[in-house]
Amino acid sequence: MKNPYETLGVANTATDEEIKKVYRRLARKHHPDVNPGDKDAETKFKEISAAYDLLSDPEKRRRFDAGEIDASGAERPQQKYYRDFAGGEGGGHYANGSGFADFADTDEFLSELLGRRRRTRGADLQVQLVVDLVDTITGASRQLPMPDGATISLTISPGVEDGQVLRLKGRGGPAPGEGPPGDLLAHIAIRAHKFFTRDGDDVRIELPVTLKEAVLGAKVRTPTPSGAVMLTVPKGSSSGAVLRLKGKGVARPGSPGDLLVTLKVVLPREPDADLEAFLLKWSPKGEEDVRREYAQ
Amino acid sequence: MTMTIIDFLARADIDRATLEIWIEEEWVLPRGLMDAPEFSEADLARARLIQNLIADLGVNAEGVGVALHLIDQVHDLRRALAEVTSRRGR
Repeated sequence: MKNPYETLGVANTATDEEIKKVYRRLARKHHPDVNPGDKDAETKFKEISAAYDLLSDPEKRRRFDAGEIDASGAERPQQKYYRDFAGGEGGGHYANGSGFADFADTDEFLSELLGRRRRTRGADLQVQLVVDLVDTITGASRQLPMPDGATISLTISPGVEDGQVLRLKGRGGPAPGEGPPGDLLAHIAIRAHKFFTRDGDDVRIELPVTLKEAVLGAKVRTPTPSGAVMLTVPKGSSSGAVLRLKGKGVARPGSPGDLLVTLKVVLPREPDADLEAFLLKWSPKGEEDVRREYAQ
Repeated sequence: MTMTIIDFLARADIDRATLEIWIEEEWVLPRGLMDAPEFSEADLARARLIQNLIADLGVNAEGVGVALHLIDQVHDLRRALAEVTSRRGR
């Protein structure tokens, strides 16, 4: 261990201020991170630091001057410098090619070598978005109020599923520096409809019809997700018969789903004397056993 | 091996407000999202470098940004040079 005065190159009469000035000049010159490729820089910097540790402490300096301690009295613990990481994976994200963008822009080879800086992203923002079932069938646009007071427009495309997450890039929290903002994640929750249910891209509805409409056939008004239409109930339709309205289901572009209308025959609410009288004297031709599949 | 913000503050021996400024200035770039940042040993070494720059090298706050910017560019050039050298060797 060399004499600390020699290491710093100061006289042993130097003032604290002089020593500090010299130390800083040498530290700037020899700091390992200022000399990433110089293996000796670390040794030199340690010597300088150790010398300064000793000479900047009045008590240690007095004891050294008095010969009570030697120059090794102030060895620094092992330290990893930034340069030990900068060349590898760990420091890679601090890569900053801005100073030689002019080379990188004109030379493909250099552009490949000179990395782009990875920046810290802002936080993702999670919101729950309750959507009416009909909006998931026809598609819709929703205005979403943001925490900062702005509103953003969100497109609900036809066929969105319950629990699906819509990601809006860059609409989340801001980044701390110049990094990209986080994303907005909208979790879809579908609110059930009174009549309609979804079966994949098909939509189902149960449509009540009177006995007369079922027996004689009729044109009845039925709701569909895109508005009411007239539906032809064929003559002699049973309760439970399913009629298909093509293209009236989920409005998926190119291949829309269908609306499946399940007929439900409803008898008169009050007992109907005429109907009863008619049925009493009615004898169907070739009595049909409607429960033959159940007979064992 | 990553560490949480609590471990990082303890090992780098700085307070949270200081770290927030460093992140804001992009002197330190933790991984992950801002609500749960993750720090590496490289980030820690970088924090020590910043402390060295200020305490030992007498660099002021404005100078730290300039110094880091230049150091980052030197490392990028060194990486590029190493790559060029290794490709030429092949």
